Amino acid sequence: MAVIDTDKPILDARDRGGPAQPLLIARDLKKHFPVKGARGKSVQAVDGVSFDVQKGETLGIVGESGCGKSTLARLLLHLVVPDAGELVFDGEGVDTPDGIRVDALRRQVQMVFQDSYASLNPRMPIRDSVAFGPFIQGKKKPAAREIARDTLRKVGLDPELFGPRYPHELSGGQKQRVNIARALATGPRMVILDEPVSALDKSVEAQVLNLLRALKRQFNLTYVFISHDLSVVQYISDRVLVMYLGRVVELGPADAIFDKPQHPYTQALLGSRPSMDPARRIEEPPITGDPPNPIDPPSGCRFHTRCPFAEPVCETRDPPLGFWRGGEAHAAACHMLDPHSGHSLARDA
Amino acid sequence: MLERTHGNAPLAEIQDLGVRFVGREATVHAVNGVSFAVRAGEVLCILGESGSGKSVTLRALMRLLPRQARIEGSVRIGNEDVLAMPARQLRDLRGGLVSMIFQEPMTALDPVYTVGQQIGETLCRHSGMTRIPARARALELLELVRIPSPERRLDAYPHELSGGLRQRAMIAMALSCNPRLLLADEPTTALDATVQVQVLILLRRLQRELGMGMIFVTHDLGVAAEIADTIAVMYAGRIVESGPVAAVLGAPAHPYTQGLLASTVHGQPRDRDIDAIPGSPPDMRKLLPGCSFAPRCAQRLPACRLHTPEARWPAPDHMAACLRVPASLG
Repeated sequence: MAVIDTDKPILDARDRGGPAQPLLIARDLKKHFPVKGARGKSVQAVDGVSFDVQKGETLGIVGESGCGKSTLARLLLHLVVPDAGELVFDGEGVDTPDGIRVDALRRQVQMVFQDSYASLNPRMPIRDSVAFGPFIQGKKKPAAREIARDTLRKVGLDPELFGPRYPHELSGGQKQRVNIARALATGPRMVILDEPVSALDKSVEAQVLNLLRALKRQFNLTYVFISHDLSVVQYISDRVLVMYLGRVVELGPADAIFDKPQHPYTQALLGSRPSMDPARRIEEPPITGDPPNPIDPPSGCRFHTRCPFAEPVCETRDPPLGFWRGGEAHAAACHMLDPHSGHSLARDA
Repeated sequence: MLERTHGNAPLAEIQDLGVRFVGREATVHAVNGVSFAVRAGEVLCILGESGSGKSVTLRALMRLLPRQARIEGSVRIGNEDVLAMPARQLRDLRGGLVSMIFQEPMTALDPVYTVGQQIGETLCRHSGMTRIPARARALELLELVRIPSPERRLDAYPHELSGGLRQRAMIAMALSCNPRLLLADEPTTALDATVQVQVLILLRRLQRELGMGMIFVTHDLGVAAEIADTIAVMYAGRIVESGPVAAVLGAPAHPYTQGLLASTVHGQPRDRDIDAIPGSPPDMRKLLPGCSFAPRCAQRLPACRLHTPEARWPAPDHMAACLRVPASLG
């Protein structure tokens, strides 16, 4: 399968590193939030996360609530400043002395949030909301308005009809289209979509997913798509990153992750998906219990408290994220995959 | 223990239910003539998108609606006319014969009382138990819903429990007085995927073991496929299709159900668009005459705009309200 959409060459005057340079590299990102009233305790929201985003691909990020996927999204834009780790955008370090500044990064990376109403200013007609970004970035007002009209048209909203309206006059799907238009109005190269369709009805979700795919082709965009819905991630992503309690447990091409999941957590997630077929119902839950509290996460492999294959080694040692059976593209962090881990089920690759 | 109805008499029978919310500026026609029946031991799923009237229908069964709601039609549960009931009798019904679980246990449970106190209160109110036996029964109930270390959890406040445990505690409370009908309003929607399937399996098991009837409201086709015996699909305050789960999901007859199935993402090829239903649901303040789905329907006929399509029967137990469905059995 093609990781990069190759039917169109990626031509962008802002491209610095060439097609082989990942658009975004995250290295060992870490963000712990201190807990009020509990001295020394913190929520380990993101704890040493590394990955690349290739130019033109869609990287899907899945995980349950509290796994740190939304914090990770905010770290990528420096909306939350990481405690440690580095970000490299198209070959330039973010917020480093000889790298790219955060405001320059935000011209090239935009974000769409889950709550389509809360992300729009309720007192601003939507044409002004969409024009605000280009205006702030130095466009004259008439030019910014022209961009807004054009972008609203591209997301399927008639600017004459919808432009003067306020957010409360729009449906959920229309508001999310406005948010997408606002993200695109500044001409970004990359869009981070944090649960963009989770609050929408199924029939509207499909419309927005189709729109996102069309816009990606039209504007040569790169997406980071965060969702808790595995089916949506499977449909939209080229590669998938699975998170559990602030760590990456598996990362690889979407087909490999969904056809041959290597980590027991990924397997459990996939096994928990409703079958859509009343004749093949799930009889036993793949795993029991809830995800643990990210304050005080379990030692060693964080999944060991719920893993059906856990052994003492899982409790004491952190499994490294490595390429075991899936070749150079498919990585997972589990002792069972590492022949030298000491886990009794570990096999040679 | 209450006697359980056996045989074919429906546990709940709803006929021509209508709910309007009358406001100063507009009237919202939330439910417009809904009829269905549930038997003991049967799970009916009401499937619909937001604004389809599915939750309002469910709440109307217990008259849990605000004062400006105007309810019409008839709701009979276990031979009682719920809509005609005086307030006092209604309080006996709620939590006794019929009980309900909600989407968000954090707001449905009282944050300042422990789980044990809240379950105990229900028991004392309905079965006249005193505190100590009520606590023992509450412990049994926590075991029934498979809460680990239940003794400790009896004295826990809702915020001390995880989402999945809170939902189990709410189920325990709902089951405390052996209801014959359990109403569930999207009880797994707020849960994580690995927890959702656990709660679904638990509800299915309890419903079967206790022989309850259940009405389960959801927007999720996958959840409906996991739990339903029969499905009623709602659109704009009406049931547009109903029947056994295998028939409705396997061979949907109404264009809306067909569209909903096609637009739900489940393993479609990645290089093609999803067959989305165009447009958005109608404004429930100004419903137009005719089939409410017609403006979005690819198969509409001129007659669809004239009057509300009546029920047609592709099979004896499978109903679809659509002019495209053959009027007689094929």
